[in-house]
Amino acid sequence: MKVSYNWLNESLDLSGVSPRDLAEQITLTGIEVDGVSEPAKELKNIVVGHVLTAERMADSDHLNVTVVEVGQEEPVQIVCGAPNVKAGQKVVVALPGARLVNGLKIKKSKLRGVVSNGMICSLEELGFSDSVVPKNSEDGIYVLPEDAHIGEDALTYIGLNDAFIELDITPNRADALSMRGVAYEAGAILEQTPKFTGVNLSEDPTDSVDDYVNVSVENSEDNPIYKMRVIKDLVVTESPLWLQRKLMHAGIRPIDAVVDVTNYIMLEYGQPLHAFDYDALNSKDILVRRAKDSETLITLDGVERKLTADNLVITNGADPVALAGVMGGENTHVTGETKTVALESAVFESSLIRKTAQSLNLRSESSSRFEKGLNKETVQDALDHAAALIASLGNGQVVSGTAEVVSEEPVYQTVTTTLNKINGSLGTDLTIDEVEKIFSRLGFENSVTVDEISVTVPPRRWDISIEADLLEEVARIYGYNQIPSTLPHSESVPGELTHAQKLTRFTRHFMESCGLGQAISYALTTSEKAAAFSLDESELVHLDWPMSEEHKALRQSLLSGLLDNVQYNVARQTKNVALFEIGRIFTRQENDLPKETTHVAGVMTGTLVDNSWQETETRVDYFAVKGIVEEWLDTLGVLEGISFVPSKELPELHPGRTAKVLWNGQYIGVIGQLHPQLAQDRDLNDTVVFELNMEPFLANEQDTLSFESIPKYPGTSRDIAFVVDESVLHEEVMDVMTEVGGKWLRSIRLFDLYQGDNIEAGKKSLAYTLSYLNPDATLKEEEVNSDFEKVKQALVERVQADIR
Amino acid sequence: MGIEEQLTGVLAKAVTDIDSADSVKDIEAIRVSYLGKKGEITSILKGMKDVSPDQRPVIGKKANEVRDELTAVLTHKKERLEKEALQNQLESETIDVTLPGRQVKKGQTHVLTQIMEDIEDLFLGMGYQIIEGNEVESDYYNFERVNLPQNHPARDMQDTFYITPDVLMRTHTSPIQARTLENHDFSKGPLKMISPGKVYRRDTDDATHSHQFHQIEGMVIDENITMADLKGTLELLAKKMFGEEREIRLRPSYFPFTEPSVEVDVSCFKCGGEGCNVCKKTGWIEILGAGMTHPNVLEMSGVDSSKYGGFAFGLGPDRIAMLKYGVDDIRHFYLNDQRFLTQFKRKG
Repeated sequence: MKVSYNWLNESLDLSGVSPRDLAEQITLTGIEVDGVSEPAKELKNIVVGHVLTAERMADSDHLNVTVVEVGQEEPVQIVCGAPNVKAGQKVVVALPGARLVNGLKIKKSKLRGVVSNGMICSLEELGFSDSVVPKNSEDGIYVLPEDAHIGEDALTYIGLNDAFIELDITPNRADALSMRGVAYEAGAILEQTPKFTGVNLSEDPTDSVDDYVNVSVENSEDNPIYKMRVIKDLVVTESPLWLQRKLMHAGIRPIDAVVDVTNYIMLEYGQPLHAFDYDALNSKDILVRRAKDSETLITLDGVERKLTADNLVITNGADPVALAGVMGGENTHVTGETKTVALESAVFESSLIRKTAQSLNLRSESSSRFEKGLNKETVQDALDHAAALIASLGNGQVVSGTAEVVSEEPVYQTVTTTLNKINGSLGTDLTIDEVEKIFSRLGFENSVTVDEISVTVPPRRWDISIEADLLEEVARIYGYNQIPSTLPHSESVPGELTHAQKLTRFTRHFMESCGLGQAISYALTTSEKAAAFSLDESELVHLDWPMSEEHKALRQSLLSGLLDNVQYNVARQTKNVALFEIGRIFTRQENDLPKETTHVAGVMTGTLVDNSWQETETRVDYFAVKGIVEEWLDTLGVLEGISFVPSKELPELHPGRTAKVLWNGQYIGVIGQLHPQLAQDRDLNDTVVFELNMEPFLANEQDTLSFESIPKYPGTSRDIAFVVDESVLHEEVMDVMTEVGGKWLRSIRLFDLYQGDNIEAGKKSLAYTLSYLNPDATLKEEEVNSDFEKVKQALVERVQADIR
Repeated sequence: MGIEEQLTGVLAKAVTDIDSADSVKDIEAIRVSYLGKKGEITSILKGMKDVSPDQRPVIGKKANEVRDELTAVLTHKKERLEKEALQNQLESETIDVTLPGRQVKKGQTHVLTQIMEDIEDLFLGMGYQIIEGNEVESDYYNFERVNLPQNHPARDMQDTFYITPDVLMRTHTSPIQARTLENHDFSKGPLKMISPGKVYRRDTDDATHSHQFHQIEGMVIDENITMADLKGTLELLAKKMFGEEREIRLRPSYFPFTEPSVEVDVSCFKCGGEGCNVCKKTGWIEILGAGMTHPNVLEMSGVDSSKYGGFAFGLGPDRIAMLKYGVDDIRHFYLNDQRFLTQFKRKG
């Protein structure tokens, strides 16, 4: 809502407060101010001119040479390109030295050899937007009224010597969507009671509204108040300047005197009105009802609307003539030919209007006011005021009486509170006098007893209905910045991280210490990417009405997002990328919210170690990533239950370089190299990834750690090397050695793997160190030898090892 | 030549040998050749058997003096040589200490996580719990339970991604308030919580809008919680995030789930309130929204609003990071360009 300081000054005395100070106070007590503009500060040397002559320039098809009286000794010659310039007009002239919007400076100049001493201005050149300029001045200059004084500051005439305060009105303060509402608010701040000039309505006693219309309402819940007046014998003309400029400054385009009055009254009272061309209604009956399914109406904008039973319509007894509260019909709107106007002032059920405006995508100044509520006390006042003004501007007469259906009266609601409650919830130390004064400033009647403050809230503040509303009023008028600062002093409760939160933080630190940086990717992605790398086959969760294909489905893995990140980096010459992410993946569940599962995933590409003066490059490979995963699982205390199983199932990964990760047989994740085809498609080099479901570890603490005494006796070790078939897995070999290794075998370490020269094709040579320890005694050579011998035998028997 | 003269001669010869020795090994050889069991002094003293008994003590004394002196000279020379050898070793081992160290690769915490964790830690220290919720929520918890019924005009403030008419991407972290409130046992103490997480709005991504961003919300519900407590808590938070010398200012605002509702400005951390491009010449920067929990929110969760009340506040880590570090495009947070991420490696 854009508030004119001058307009506000009509009901309040603003002489002591500048526009900027007022804006600051409004911001601090209730309504956010988006900005204050003072257009005259940008403009200067702009006067009223009188066009004496205007003649088409000899060799031009659009330029006119005019002679204009500007209040100087001699009239001046100005070249003007506007098609609507004519002798006799009063116009806005920017003299040489003038400044227009955007810093444009006017100088004496020559156009096609003809001297021009300034410029005749359009409204756009004075800073008005195209959308608010009257249609007839859209392509040309603006014509001032005949009585404008030549040579005077033209800005006063078009209302630019004013300040405009842009209010950002929250849905609860729809009462401030009107000048009167803002006047009450500013009045409370300035400790003034706003004074509004009354309406001088004279009705034609010889004619009754009942002879014109017969109003009925199908359902009073949809339409609690419907009122209509009739104004006859009108000549519909353009509005006077004072009315046009009020509308333009509020962002509304002047149309004609009837429509302009309805808009003006809406701005003044917050009450939207609608004017029908009475003769076009073709009926005395006005019935407000729900539309029938597939009924249609051509609205003012010329669009045929298909209606449903969710739309409320005004009908002429048979057919819809307006979409209640949203937009009028094309066939019944006021035109230059209109003689008689039927003027509607009503209250419609807000959610109904909201739904209609939303479903037809027809949000307007009117509909937004109906949606947010109205002051039910001024439905009649607004109607009377508008009728009187339309009659006076159009030389018509208001027919006596109002046709109406009223099922709801304005309510003066009583809300109570106590001084203890006020001070107890605000942390203040207010006295009863201070509180009373605040309510008086707001214009709320109040009565005080020892233990209760009873406040009568006028209908213009329909947002106030409960005690908390009163507390807010007291707090904001008292001033939030006067409230003291304390901290809650309540019973102490422990504040600590849960196991899951600690584990999540630990995992983050762990991954960072392994060289991976934390990424946060988008959870919404394309359908294809959402399903990629998924660990199970469940259905995707899709948005019902996405903004774009790029973000329409919820991810089922973190890897597809991480891969996007890698691609983004590599494409920007960052060749070494190491990222991890901890986040949710989403799977559909029947009759329930989607299941959200926390995963950790990582991706590495490029080098682990770069070539340097003393190091040689090491590139990322499967085992680098596996090492990170294994160490993480080991620090979680779960590595013993983990197995890595070769897998060819995931189409995104290299079928020969991928392992499923199982924990106690449960499939929890995957490690693998990106499929070379996918890598090529995405312009990536060797890229290795992992993704693990963290939920099993977040759910329960795996706290099985217990201290083992430091060995007092030395251990011993044996090396073994053998050749096996290349299809034999390391894990199978480990299983055999672990099973038969004997009670002193502590650890087994692979120290060599060899294929190539001296080894038969299809075979590989493996070499392990087996470490033995007896914690209670020095190991005897014979014991170890016999245990080691069993391992050798088992390897020969079970994996056909050829011991070397 | 008498034994005495022989001893004196040997000493002189030994000193010459020692003088010309240039390694610890030479010194050892000299020591053996003069003082060893088969050394020159021993062999000279073999002549003692021909010396008269009264002369023997004199020669003995002389022999000891020669031994002592020779030992002293040897030791001195050895120490000197050892020192020189060490010196040579140190010189030969000298490296260019200005050469770069070996590579250590360390990842860094995402800047949004850093901001959220700082806030979490501040409130953990004051006895708050961290409670996370679902990113996909029901319309009921996301809107209705925080006092935003169907067709409430304030729903326009948040454009929503719906999955079905009843299921949506949460538009704020507030549904966690309702879910936590309805389960909280107030006989076990007040509810003090912090909820960080991702939220979603139906928005087109550009430099200042993102369909995905973060929120962190706090709530305290107990008996006798005042708006002054909210103000004190917010002051603490503002100082933690933007520095000790910051002040805050509260402005009335509207959120359906709080009343009174406030918007909170912090005095500009760049210009200190003088007015600059960061604060758009106002001296203040809007950083969060807050208010006293609306009684409807409490009642809908089965909490007696005549007995219990409290406050809630919420802020956007993305916005905070943009302000604090001058990040000019919100999309940086989600594209994970390493050139962006690694700028925030200052700490974990």
